[in-house]
Order: sequence, then C-alpha cells, then structure tokens
Amino acid sequence: MNPGTAAVLAQAEHVGSVGLNVSIFGAFVLVTLLFVYRASRTNKTASDYYAAGRSFTGPQNGVAISGDYLSAASFLGIAGAIAVNGYDGFLYSVGFLVAWLVALLLVAELLRNTGKFTMGDVLSFRMRQRPVRAAAATSTLVVSFFYLLAQMAGAGGLIALLLQIPNSNRFGQSVVIAVVGVLMIVYVLVGGMKGTTYVQMIKAVLLILGAAVMTVWVLGKFGFNLSALLGAAVENSPKRGEALLNPGLQYTNPIDFISLGLALVLGTAGLPHILMRFYTVPTAKEARRSVVWAIWLIGIFYLFTLVLGYGAAALVGPDRISSAPGAVNSAAPLLAFELGGEILLGLISAVAFATILAVVAGLTITASASFAHDVYANVIKKGEVAPDGEVRVARITALVIGALAIVGGILVNGINIAFLVALAFAVAASANLPTILYSLFWKKFNTMGALFSIYGGLAACVLLIIFSPVVSGPKSVIFPNSDFVLYDLQNPGIVSIPLSFLLGVIGTYVGRREPFNTARFAEMEVRSLTGAGSEKAVAH
Amino acid sequence: MSTTGERSTGTIYEQVQDSPEFADLRSRLRRFVFPMSAAFLLWYLAYVLLASYAPGFMSIKVIGNINVGLIIGLLQFVTTFAITTIYVRYANKYLDPAAERLRTQIESAT
Repeated sequence: MNPGTAAVLAQAEHVGSVGLNVSIFGAFVLVTLLFVYRASRTNKTASDYYAAGRSFTGPQNGVAISGDYLSAASFLGIAGAIAVNGYDGFLYSVGFLVAWLVALLLVAELLRNTGKFTMGDVLSFRMRQRPVRAAAATSTLVVSFFYLLAQMAGAGGLIALLLQIPNSNRFGQSVVIAVVGVLMIVYVLVGGMKGTTYVQMIKAVLLILGAAVMTVWVLGKFGFNLSALLGAAVENSPKRGEALLNPGLQYTNPIDFISLGLALVLGTAGLPHILMRFYTVPTAKEARRSVVWAIWLIGIFYLFTLVLGYGAAALVGPDRISSAPGAVNSAAPLLAFELGGEILLGLISAVAFATILAVVAGLTITASASFAHDVYANVIKKGEVAPDGEVRVARITALVIGALAIVGGILVNGINIAFLVALAFAVAASANLPTILYSLFWKKFNTMGALFSIYGGLAACVLLIIFSPVVSGPKSVIFPNSDFVLYDLQNPGIVSIPLSFLLGVIGTYVGRREPFNTARFAEMEVRSLTGAGSEKAVAH
Repeated sequence: MSTTGERSTGTIYEQVQDSPEFADLRSRLRRFVFPMSAAFLLWYLAYVLLASYAPGFMSIKVIGNINVGLIIGLLQFVTTFAITTIYVRYANKYLDPAAERLRTQIESAT
C-alpha cells in the first residue's frame, strides 16, 4: 500500500469519491432506462409483459440468467467470506454452481415445453387447477419476498460503503433504499420482462468484465502464481494463518453445513425467478443453450471470486475489511480501490448497485406474474379474464410489491438478514423442487401429493427457522433476549427437503382415489419431451 | 394421423404417448439424466462431507500452497463444465432429432 492510500484510509476507512460513484451509477441507470423505454414499445400482450414475447436467444437469456443469479450476496458476500473466512467461502460458491446441473438435466427444457408464464402452469398442468395454482403462488410469493427483503436490506450496507452515508444517518440511507425501490418499479412497469432482461444482461456483462479485470490484475501482482497469492493471503492474516486455506473457519457444525449445501444445490432449480427466465426463449433447445451459457458464465465468475477473495486478504487484509463500513461485504470494493484507485472503485461500486437493482427487478416481475396469472386470473376469475386485464393486475401487484420492498428494506436495514437468502433457497428446494420433479417424472403423482409437498415443505422450513438459533437465543439477531430454540441448525434443508419429498408420496397415497386424467397426463408428458404445442415466440 | 390404430379413441397426445418412438425417446432421456444426476449429487455430497468431517485430509498441501481441498473444489467446477458439455452433445445427437420428428407428427395432425 502506498502512503497516500494509507492516509486516505486512516480517515475512518472512507475510500473513493462519492461524486464519481454516483455518476458512474447514474450512467448505468440512464443507459438501462433507455433500453427499458425502447422495450416498452413492444410491451402489449401478456406474453410480452411476462415472457418478453419469448424472443430472446439462448445466449442472451443465459447472460440474463447470470445477471439474475449473481446477486450482491454472491459477488460481495462470497468474495468477502473468502477474504475473511478463507476456504469456507469457496464451499458456498461450489454449491451455487453445481446446482445448475439440476436445472440443466431435469428442469429447464421440460418446464419450457410445458408451461406458459409461471411455475404454477407446470405444477397445475394435470392437477386440479385452483388449489395447485394457489399453492404454487403461495410458495413463489414467499420465496420471492424473502429474497427481495434480503437484497433490499443488503442495499443499506452497500450505501454505507459507497455513498459514505454512515449507519447513524438512518434517514439518508432510507432515502437511498427508496430510490432503489422506485427505480426497480419503473424498470418493471415500463419495461416488463423485456426491459428487466436488458437490465440483467447489461449488469451481468459489467459485473463479469469488472471481476475479470480485477482477477487478472491481482494474479499479475503475484506473477500469475496462485500458490504465491495464497501464501501472501496467509501471511497477511495473522489471526487466521494457515487455517485460511482449510475448511472449518466459518462452518463449525458439520451437519449445519451439509444442511446448507443441500439447500443450495437443490434450491436453484426451484427458484421461481430463475424458472420464469426459461419462458423468455422460443424453444426448449434455446432454454438448454441458455443454461449452458449461464453455467459457464457463473462458473467462471465464481473462479474469479476465489482469486478476488484471497486477493483481498493478501492486499487489503482481513482486519481492515472487517472494520470497514459494510464489513465483509466491503472486501471486493476495498480491493478495487487498492488496485485501481477511485475510478475502479467507482466502477465496481456502481456494478454492485446495479446488481441489487437487476435482481430485485427480476424478483418483482416474477412475484407479480405469479399473483396475476395464478391467483387472480385462474384462482379468483377461474381463467375467465382478458389478457390485458391480467397484465393490468400484474402491474398493480408489482407496484404493491415494490412499495412493500421499500418499507421492508427500510425496516430491516442494518439487521443481518443474510440467512433469508439461505432460507429462500431452502423453501425453493423443499416446497418447489419435489413437486416439479414429481409432476414431470412420476405418473401417479396427484393434486393431494402436490399440496402436501408444497405446503408441508413451506411450513416445515418456516417453523424450523422460527425455532432455530437465527431467530432466538444468544447468537440470534432478532430476539437475542428470549430463547425458544428447538432446532439447533441455521438451515432447515436437511430436515425439510427429505420431508417434503416424503410428503409428496404420502399425499399421493392419501389422494389415490382422485380421478386420473389420462388425456392431460399424456399431453403433459408428450409436450414436455417433444415441445409439441408449446408456447411460441411472438413476432413483432 | 390415421384413425386405424388400436387407440383411435384417444387424443393425438395419447396416441403418441403409446408409440414405441416416444417410449424410446423417454427412455433415452431418462437413461442419461437420472444416472448423471445421481452421480453429480453423490460427488458433490462427497465433497461436502470431506470438507465437514475430514478437514485434515483437505488441508494436505499438494503443490506449494495449493491443498487437496482446493483441488477437489476446482474439480467440482471441471465436472460441472464436463457434464454440461456431454449432455449437450448427447441431447443434440440422441434426443433432439426424435423429439423433432414427433413434434412435426403431432403438429401436422392437429
């Protein structure tokens, strides 16, 4: 570190120029708004609004998927976790990547062929429409809202770091959270799925390029020798030492880590905002290509974060990271400042902000689609509703969800609710994935089985979280003064996922006297494998 | 589609579902994706279990500061990329042509 940087950092770790950060971010917002405005001109039908007219190519959608998936948690969070806790941060990213094989092999193409706009389309295809759609919408809304809240809460920490609005200035931070929320609502209302997709694509390109530049830069400093980089990271972490390279610093309870690992690997293919992206391409083959692109981009990105994390440990040091505003989340921005000064910090900060914006926009459109298409059009109106009426409801829902996210984000600002992301994955793996797999691959699976599996998985997850150490007890962030811990693990996955698979079987047995719809089963199976009768792209 | 088949009363989807071509496509898909899914899930589980219960083994240094844990972790990336590539080749060769034929057959009949 040169003396100049040291002097700047001595002033309470405030680095970079706020003006520069804001102007780079402002440029991103302007460019994306332009795309969103252009997209709005072809935003007429339900298919346009929910699925971008199914007009994106596989590679385009693959880039957008990576933009949707690589949230602030996986960029700032994983790089920071590696910088401070070493190897255990890397374990996290392996689960996030391997999970994509479930989507590639078992879900993406069959779902694209069978469904129209939402997860509920597939789950209810050969079942009784109203109860199954209501269940699918419930779990979609729960997963999306947990995920959304976690992103908005994370925005508070980022603001502290990037705009130098200290945590003591609650009002200032709240204003910025509201600005993020309003921008997101504009993207979704004006641009629909097409506009949201452009935002995600632009953000993914910026994020991956930024990480690539930093990775090459860090490696260059160590003569492109990974071993030397690891050695320097160990040397600069006197408290951790060699342990930085070994598993066990962050996850001290093995069962807890296995539980988390299960939720990560089985949750991705059940995340509604990821599933919905498969409807934006014209065919199942394009859906496959999009997953292939996503796997390569996400995988390469996680390899970058490995270098960035250890690079931050080696060049910035865990102590400085932990004491900076934003704590572990500040590892990547501090590393950017160390390498390229204010300009690189400004770029990386703007990208981090853009990341939150793109992910919350994707979540909002998914939640609003599920409410309008599954609950309003099919459960309340029994399918007798004009498509433009449905889209109108979706827009109103997006507005409501956006408002809730702003209020929720302001309320939870500063509280560490990172566990909400792990919880969202656990609910996706427990409530959604078993039902998706059973309805695609198991002939006898029926309405009762689907309801048991979705509601059972959802209830198990939420109950286990309530009675876990994250909610009450001395180590919790919510009720540290009371203790009603009954389930001594951070993540419910290891219990709730097998339970939900089992409940699907039990429910199917309970409902075995339901009339079997031979024609619908044949249509679903043949459609899912051949693509016959699947939703076509809209020509403009 | 001709109506002289044994299942002339069913829908076109039921007729196709009963055809040997469809049964063949379905079994080709399942023969690949089920064992492959089991394999990568077991391999991932093995990795998680090793990291949880055998940190000593994962800490053995192999080249410089690069230890067994890092190598196995990076191998997870390699296998993920490899399975992706193998599946795409398999699907292009053994799944897509049959799916395409059946789809044309159905869409010309409806």
